[in-house]
Parts: sequence; structure tokens; C-alpha cells
Amino acid sequence: MPIQSLNMALRALVLVAIFFAGAWGQSSGVIDDFLFYIPDVQYLMGQHLWLTAVSGGLAILVAIPVGIVLSRPSMERWAETVMQVFNIGTTIPTLAVLALAMSFLGIGTVPSVFALFVATLLPIVRNTYTGLRGVDPALLEAAAGIGMSPMQRLFRVELPNALYVIFAGIRTALVLNVGTVPLAFLIGGGGLGELIFTGIDLFDPVMMLAGAIPTALLAVLVDACIAVAAFLMIQRGVNPDRA
Amino acid sequence: MIRLDNLTKVFDTPKGAVVAADRISLEVPPGEICILLGPSGCGKTTILKMINRIVQPTSGKVFINGEDALNMNLEELRRGIGYVIQQIGLFPNMTIEENITIVPKLLGWDPAKYKERARELMAMISMEPDSFLNRYPSELSGGQQQRIGVARALAADPPVMLMDEPFGAIDPINRATIQDEFLIMQEQLKKTIMFVSHDIDEAIKMGDRIAVFRKGHLVQYDTPDDLLAAPRNTFIESFLGEDRAFKRLSLVKVREVVSDNIGTVTPDDSLETALKRMDDFGYQLSILVVNNRHQPVGMVSRAVARTTRGFCGDHLQNVPATIELDDNLHKAAALMFAKDTVWLPCVDAEGRVRGQISQRAMTHHLGARFRSQENGSHHSSTPVEE
Repeated sequence: MPIQSLNMALRALVLVAIFFAGAWGQSSGVIDDFLFYIPDVQYLMGQHLWLTAVSGGLAILVAIPVGIVLSRPSMERWAETVMQVFNIGTTIPTLAVLALAMSFLGIGTVPSVFALFVATLLPIVRNTYTGLRGVDPALLEAAAGIGMSPMQRLFRVELPNALYVIFAGIRTALVLNVGTVPLAFLIGGGGLGELIFTGIDLFDPVMMLAGAIPTALLAVLVDACIAVAAFLMIQRGVNPDRA
Repeated sequence: MIRLDNLTKVFDTPKGAVVAADRISLEVPPGEICILLGPSGCGKTTILKMINRIVQPTSGKVFINGEDALNMNLEELRRGIGYVIQQIGLFPNMTIEENITIVPKLLGWDPAKYKERARELMAMISMEPDSFLNRYPSELSGGQQQRIGVARALAADPPVMLMDEPFGAIDPINRATIQDEFLIMQEQLKKTIMFVSHDIDEAIKMGDRIAVFRKGHLVQYDTPDDLLAAPRNTFIESFLGEDRAFKRLSLVKVREVVSDNIGTVTPDDSLETALKRMDDFGYQLSILVVNNRHQPVGMVSRAVARTTRGFCGDHLQNVPATIELDDNLHKAAALMFAKDTVWLPCVDAEGRVRGQISQRAMTHHLGARFRSQENGSHHSSTPVEE
């Protein structure tokens, strides 16, 4: 009982705090200031999501096949080396990738998408590769032994059994992507970074928060969407969340 | 039928070439189980895996029902062979039904047909179709999973099966049950089976023939009884164990040892007759009493017959035990030891007395063909180099 009543007290306290925060926000005019940015936020959020969708979608389309190719037995000699190169690639700061992209591709959407694509690629390749390599060798032997062709083995046995790990990679990568899109503003890519960086430059915390809070919410939203997709798409037998 | 002809596998390792199988030639007749037996590292699994080309042979040939397996399309070859492995290898992403029907699907069967087949197979391995078909492998116990593994291998009704220590990962009690179930299925299915094992008791129980390997060589290929009675060299003798004479008990049926020379009396005979018949047959202790349908109803002891007058029917003692003609000597010996007796009446399926089996007859039967390397009585064929 004491724990339950403590819980109730905490909830009441949070409600009261929200109420007073709202009251303060209204009286000091912060809420009105926020509402002023709503049209900007709507427009930039669209841009933001578009950048994420294009760069993330391209990354998924490229990274999964690359991961599959690297996990083939015939690639065994090269796979570890290539993965090391990818690992080193991950350590390069995204800002540096953006700068490099700008110096090759100029400013605007194309270099932004390219830099985001590169930053998103690595976690997906890595998880696809490790996921496929982690499939129990006994399953592969059974699959071969009952007469599945290499393609049937890949699509009916290997990928379904690695899907949970692959999805984890996509989730990490896209959340990272949403959080990185604001930097694209620096090379003219647009997105919510426009409010964040302009707000910093103008010492306008409300403007900055009008960019930062929607960015954070988007990241949470994308994370939740992928979690739901994974829950629905991964068969029950290999889905720890549905066991 | 499976025939191996000079099958050889040489692995190139950093330490040099390792011969895993050296010119192996053997033939498994249709409908028989051949056990590949030997210590670990003797090459038995490599030999099995060369048949469905999971391991590519260095040289030699494999024939399956007369067809050269090395020239067949790889997928077609494997779809025509049931394959069971020790790790079971059920696909965790598929339901039990999907697991069982995978080979029929690969072969392009009609959905109605393979769904029907799945139910049929579940009945065969005595598992309830409705409660299991929609479950996932992770929801089943190890023994249940291995039954499904066998069902999956049998799904497309292949004439040939390869089994790589299929019951090795199951606890001993479940293992014995699954072995028994499998033997009952095999009696009807009559598959030609190669079965890898390192367990001599499993080999004797399951095998129609046993091939014993050592370091890539086939040392002896014989029926279990011949193997136990006449091991070709000291390696096999030590591998079989010092109690190999006991192991043969389970291979011999009572029918083969029974003597139909048994003296009995009926309840209407007088004790005098009983005593006389005991003397005629040389029974020291007692004589069996049977009814008019020749079923045992009791015993009359010599002491009673000698000191009392009357009819046998009035002085019956219990029959300690009887044994059926289709039971094996292992059970007969166990009964004799348990009941402290040196002979047992043998009955047929209707319970009619058909003869008797004595400890003397059993030891005589087993001892007649028992050979030991140490005692100097060598097997007739040339010993294999070690």
C-alpha cells in the first residue's frame, strides 16, 4: 500500500507542476511566442521528415543488400576487413561528413541527403551482417540438407531469423538520422535545424526550442513507428517481444 | 538402396592432409537401417554427409537406388533424402506445420495435399495435430522437437534417410521412447537408412547392420549379432565393451532358443503320475500343470508329489513367470534372475505353452558363436591394419 500511495502522490505532483508550468507559460507570454512559430515548424518538419525518409530509405535499400553480400560464405575472407572500414567510417563525425559532402557536391538538398545517407548506412550494414552471421549453423545445415537452394535459404531461413537484429539496426540508424538532420541546415538542406541554429545565433531560446522540441518528438515518433513495424513484421517464433 | 564405392575424403588442413574417409565401400540393402558407429573423429559423420553432398567427396562414388548421386542435381538429390541432424534444426521462424511441410512445398505439392500430409505425419509420431501444428518450435520440449524433426524428414516420403545422431541430444528416458517409436514406424515404412551413432547400445537396438569405423577406415560391417559374437580385432572388441555377451541377449528371440521338449501334467493327473513324469524328464524341483487348452495353471513341486496322494489340481503352486516366444533373451534372463529360477515356460500369443527355455540353453546358444581375440580363436578373414 505505501508504494501505491507514493505513486499516487507523485502523479498528483506532476499534474500540479504541469498546471503551474502552463499558467506561468501563459502569463509570461512564452506560449504565445511558441504559437507564433507554428507555421514555420509545420513547414520545416515536412522538410525534416522528407530528408529523413529519402536518406534513410536509400540507406536501407543499399545497406541490407551490402550486409547480405558481406555475410555470404564466399565473402568470408573480405567481410571482416570491409566491416573494419565501416567501423572506422562510423567514427568520423557527421559534421565532417557534411563538410566533405559540401566540398564535393556543393550546397543544398543533394549533399545533405548524401551525408545523412552515409551516416545512416553503417548501423544497418553492421546489424544485417552480424544478424545473418549469427543464424545458428544447424539451421543452415538443415536448410541445405532438405534441398533448399541458396536463395531459398536466404529468404526463408536466414533473413527471417536475422530480422530482429536487422530491425534493431534500422531503428538505431533512423533515430540517429532524425537527430542529425538539423545539421543539414548548415549546408543549406533545410529542416528544423533552421530554427535551432537561427535561435542560437539570435540568442532567442524560444525560437531554438521551437526547433529542438519537435526534433526530439520526431525522434521518439520514428523510434515508436519502427518498433511497431518490427513487432508486426517479425514472425512470432523469432520475436522475443511477442514470445 | 545405398551403395558407397571407394568413397574417400581428404581434408587439407594447415597441418597437412587428413584422411577422414579412406576408400569406404559398403552397401545398405533396401529397407534396412545401417548404423555408422565409432569414436568421435572416426569419419562417420563425414561419410554420411558425403551421401547428400554437404561434404564433397575427394573420390569414389555414391549410388542411391542405382543412381549416381554425384551426378544428380544437388537440390533434387537432397529433396529425395530425409535428413535428420542432432541439433534438430527446426526453423524457429516457422510454425510446426510450416516446418513439416517445407519439403513438399519445395517439391511443388498442392496446398491441400501437404496440409493433409502434415496431419498424417503428426498422427504417425503420435502428437495431436490441432494442438501442435500452429505452435512454434520454441514452445516445444526437446523430445517433441526431435519428433517433429523426424516428421519433417519423412514429409515427402523419401525412400532414403540420413540421420546424424538424431537422438543424441535427448535425455535417456525420452530417447528410449523415441527409438522405440521410430522402430515401430520403420517396420511399416521400410526406409533405407544410414544412421550415425557413437552409442553401441543404440546401434545394437536400431541397426540391421553396423559399420564400425576407426580413423577413416571401415573396420567391420556386420549384423549386430555377428559383430558382438565375432569382433574382427581388439579395437572393436574393446569398443563393444567387456559385457558384449550380455548385449547379445537383446538380439536373440526366445523362439530361437526354446526347446519344445517339456513335460507337463494336467490338473486331473494324479500326483503319482506327476512324480513319474518329473523323473522321466529329469526335473529336480517341480513340473508345470497345464489346462486342456495347454495354458499354464500352476506348478506341482517334487516334495508335494512324493509325500502326498491325490490330484495335481488340488496341490497347485504359482507359476513364477512365463515368457512369450517373441520376447528376447534379455527379458528372459531378467525374469530368471528376478524369480531365482533356471528355466521358464514359453507361451505363444494365446498363452499356450510351447516349450521351455533354460539358463543352460541360453548360455549354450550365446557361447556357441562367441569368439575372443585374446583366447586366440581368430576370425577367419584377414585382420585389418590398425
